[in-house]
Amino acid sequence: MWEALTFQAGHNAAVVAAGCIAFGLAAGAVGCFVLLRGRALIADAAAHATLPGVAGAFLLGLALGLDPRALPWLLAGGGLTASLAVLAANALARGGRVKDDAAIAVALSVSFGLGAVLLSVVQALPVGGQAGLSGLLLGRAAGMAEADAWTMAAVALVALAVLGALLRPLSALLFDPLQASLAGLPVKALDVALLGLMLLVVLAGLPAVGLVLVVALLIVPAAAARLLTARLPAMAALSAGFGAGSAHLGVAISAAAPGAPTGAVIVLVAVAVFALALLASPRRGLVAALRRRAALLAAARAAAR
Amino acid sequence: MSPVPVALPLPALSLRGLSVAYRTDAVLWNVTWNSPPAGLVAIVGPNGAGKSTLLKAALGLIPRLAGEVRFFGAPLAAVRRRVGYLPQRAAVEWDFPATALDVAAMGRYPRAGWFRPLPRAEREAALAALAEVGMQDVAHRPIGELSGGQQQRVLLARTLAQEPDLFLMDEPFAGVDAATEEAIVGVLQRLAAAGRCVIAVHHDLSTVPRAFDHALLLNREVIASGPAATLLSPENLARAYGRRMSA
Repeated sequence: MWEALTFQAGHNAAVVAAGCIAFGLAAGAVGCFVLLRGRALIADAAAHATLPGVAGAFLLGLALGLDPRALPWLLAGGGLTASLAVLAANALARGGRVKDDAAIAVALSVSFGLGAVLLSVVQALPVGGQAGLSGLLLGRAAGMAEADAWTMAAVALVALAVLGALLRPLSALLFDPLQASLAGLPVKALDVALLGLMLLVVLAGLPAVGLVLVVALLIVPAAAARLLTARLPAMAALSAGFGAGSAHLGVAISAAAPGAPTGAVIVLVAVAVFALALLASPRRGLVAALRRRAALLAAARAAAR
Repeated sequence: MSPVPVALPLPALSLRGLSVAYRTDAVLWNVTWNSPPAGLVAIVGPNGAGKSTLLKAALGLIPRLAGEVRFFGAPLAAVRRRVGYLPQRAAVEWDFPATALDVAAMGRYPRAGWFRPLPRAEREAALAALAEVGMQDVAHRPIGELSGGQQQRVLLARTLAQEPDLFLMDEPFAGVDAATEEAIVGVLQRLAAAGRCVIAVHHDLSTVPRAFDHALLLNREVIASGPAATLLSPENLARAYGRRMSA
């Protein structure tokens, strides 16, 4: 495991580690803003809604005589249906007849149900390569090639550049959207940019972490970071660091325990970081709260005497 | 001899035929009203009279059915920086990771530019705005840890930092204690004395004649408008609230 942590477990292992770290970095940074915008559920719906697009792209590719297994083709399909699901959830909620969370749940279940049906059609076909599709459900980080790692690095670079440039407009939007629009900021465009980054991270994470768990890497590092800091730039940096660190440690652990799905191990490491933050955060942690409560109790008893 | 033409100061806010509806219910109907160019103005009226709606519709935050809005004689887009809005405290995200100073500084970004760190002079201006509302001591505290009254004052500091000429305030005294209310009234009166116009949605009829110069009595339509000292007559209040009340 030490060898894996220090990138000395061979070229392939180093490629997987580097790709996952870049992805964790991007997911943590983008997730910070997604969480603060209250879009955690939307992100989950978008991730699940990639399934019908991926399966549909496979079937369409087959019918058109293309290579149905080509990853960019599959991800394009996934991106399309994920966007449609987000639009549908927004449209449902905007009418005011259905609450936000219900609208998102409807969009998620409709698209995932449709995806499951299409996937069963694909799996009944007498062609090879369906295994790649079910790999997108839970991810197969070990299958990451050098080109994939470079793609992850590019995604991380784009995410960090956009977030860095838009830090102050986004922070105005997250704190008070009405005021942001009064100040003349293009709040719709900012929201679309944030949604776009979220989709980019979700799609980039499908092959490695899978569509069921990718939302965890957007939300869990951000939630842990929020417990430890009260400034936005620090939270974003910490969240990105937690994402990258969880990916690094997760890859190393799963290298030591072959057979364990890497994506799931990464998520569990991230959750462990979150649990530590929840316990030990100086201002918001459980231990600090218990201590303050005990001190209060002692003071109240002393006063009553 | 023809009279010398005098450039009369323009009303800070001017509404003509403003109507607003939520779905199929009209909440404001054909409101035509000119605010004074400066001074403290209270918008009063019963619950559901459309007071907050009037501010939001004027600012274009909710769509209008009909009507025209002018700020200092111009559309909002032309005078954005001269118009400040203080939302209700519950309308913003208090769990957002920021300090009181970060929030006050947001009032300076439209001037300083959104794509670079705030220059030192702008930061000083944000600190000065916090000091004006007595919040300089909590400048570096996370906003989520402040009391309701402190949060209200921090929001006011953000609006002050913007240095607008017209302040639109949605219930600036809602849920604050007497000390905070007094501090805020002091700030508003200094603004009015400096020639600014402050239009505040207000609930407490008893303080209107004392703290405000003008008042607009609203109940879906304009009931009456004029000097705060005399406007809230028993007749006007009965017309607005539908029963006998005294200020």
